[in-house]
Amino acid sequence: MSKKEILRIVDLHKSFGDNEVLKGISLSLKQGETKVVIGTSGTGKSTMLNNINMLIPPDKGHIYLEDVDVTTTHDISRIRQQIGFVFQDFGLFDHLTAKGNIMIGLTKVKKMKKSEAEELAMFELERVGLQDFADSYPAQLSGGQKQRVGIARALAMQPKLILFDEPTSALDPELIGEVLTVMRDLAREGMTMLIVTHEMGFAKSVSDEIIFMENGKIVEQGPPEQLFNNPREERTKEFLFKLNELYGEGGA
Amino acid sequence: MVIDKLQLVWSSLPNLLEGALVTIKLTIAGLGLGIILGLPLAFGQIYGNYLIRGLVSVYERVLRSIPLLVILFLIFYGFPNAGIKFSPFIAAVLGIGLRSAAYQSQIYRGAIQSVSGTQMKAALSLGMNRVQAFIYIILPQAVRIAIPPFANEAAIVLKDTSLAYALGVIELLRHGSYIIATTFEPMTIYLTIAAIYFIMTVTINTILGKLEERMKIPGIGVEGGSR
Ligand SMILES: Nc1ncnc2c1ncn2[C@@H]1O[C@H](COP(=O)(O)OP(=O)(O)O)[C@@H](O)[C@H]1O
Ligand SMILES: [Mg+2]
Repeated sequence: MSKKEILRIVDLHKSFGDNEVLKGISLSLKQGETKVVIGTSGTGKSTMLNNINMLIPPDKGHIYLEDVDVTTTHDISRIRQQIGFVFQDFGLFDHLTAKGNIMIGLTKVKKMKKSEAEELAMFELERVGLQDFADSYPAQLSGGQKQRVGIARALAMQPKLILFDEPTSALDPELIGEVLTVMRDLAREGMTMLIVTHEMGFAKSVSDEIIFMENGKIVEQGPPEQLFNNPREERTKEFLFKLNELYGEGGA
Repeated sequence: MVIDKLQLVWSSLPNLLEGALVTIKLTIAGLGLGIILGLPLAFGQIYGNYLIRGLVSVYERVLRSIPLLVILFLIFYGFPNAGIKFSPFIAAVLGIGLRSAAYQSQIYRGAIQSVSGTQMKAALSLGMNRVQAFIYIILPQAVRIAIPPFANEAAIVLKDTSLAYALGVIELLRHGSYIIATTFEPMTIYLTIAAIYFIMTVTINTILGKLEERMKIPGIGVEGGSR
């Protein structure tokens, strides 16, 4: 049984000035798959995610969302609606309530009726366990709650794919679990996700594949058991060892 | 004695208030021109290419470095040499407005830039275009942030309209000097004028302060969050 391919990246290149950040990245994601990207900071993980929805256009290479080439499309807004993005520092709209944060994309981009948007917003808030915080403003929420609103906002657009850029890195340790739990549920429900994270426990238990990036290239990718227990590349071993020292076995 | 002074104040009030009305008109027109020019200047500074950014910063630097009185004289007495002639009132509004634009543009730029870049990215990633993101996300927050410095600028403009005196605009201060010329009571009249300026300035600050309070985002500022 072969599932539909949602995302395919082919030979992605990106430089900032003389700094070549991505040196030919290729990967793909099938429907319902969760892949986790790991790698030291400055390696180009964020740049790659931002390439995928063209917040930062790549210099070379192709990105296909199903069969649309994102890099050449004339309607990037339509593509972006189908790709959720969850930011490390949340990116919540500070002047809107939790519910308002979710509704604004529905009413202004999807032109949904207000009542429908509200209903959907409440549904998504419930999904992340925040139905009681619908009328709270971001400044009134904890970091973990903010990130769950961020996820609910992405979900409400009913994306084909959600990109997560270190969604728990800005959180106090005791708040990480609640966000990972939500993400774990999403993976179980069959959401297609590409996640940059340092939470190795989470990566091991949730992902279908781990992608190890270094210096703008994919060094190794494979199922978590293989990559963690039996890495093929020396660089992967070294990185995992360092990571273990830094973060321990932690992560929910 | 005191009664005499009070009577003088009372009998001068109609004239002084007439002058105050001109002062208010100068303030509103000057601030208005400042908004109309200040906003595009701010956009140019933020979103423009290096040429536009350079021009805007030269404009700001120049207008903020020249005394308002010199700007006013230049426009009113200098421009006619180049064949451009304005009435005293229009010249005053131009001078006040052109200078205020330089300050207001900084206010708007700061307000817009203080809304985090991630919010812009988040808006785009939902599928908004840049204009939508600006209107629905950046602007509502920038307006709130801009209110206190704008109130400050409005008070400065109000007070600086008194310089229009020098062009012969018959505003509050000049009405006062007419009265002094006939009554020889500078102390009483200038105190009355000072009080009128004071009341107008406090009123501006109060109104804009109320507006700021009204638009406050829960959890930000004094109200405190419920973490
Ligand atoms: N907008 C930008 N302009 C210039 N350089 C950038 C920009 N964004 C990222 N970089 C550079 O690209 C490299 C990779 O950054 P990034 O993709 O954020 O890495 P990671 O997410 O893996 O930590 C870094 O050297 C960073 O300094
Ligand atoms: Mg990053």
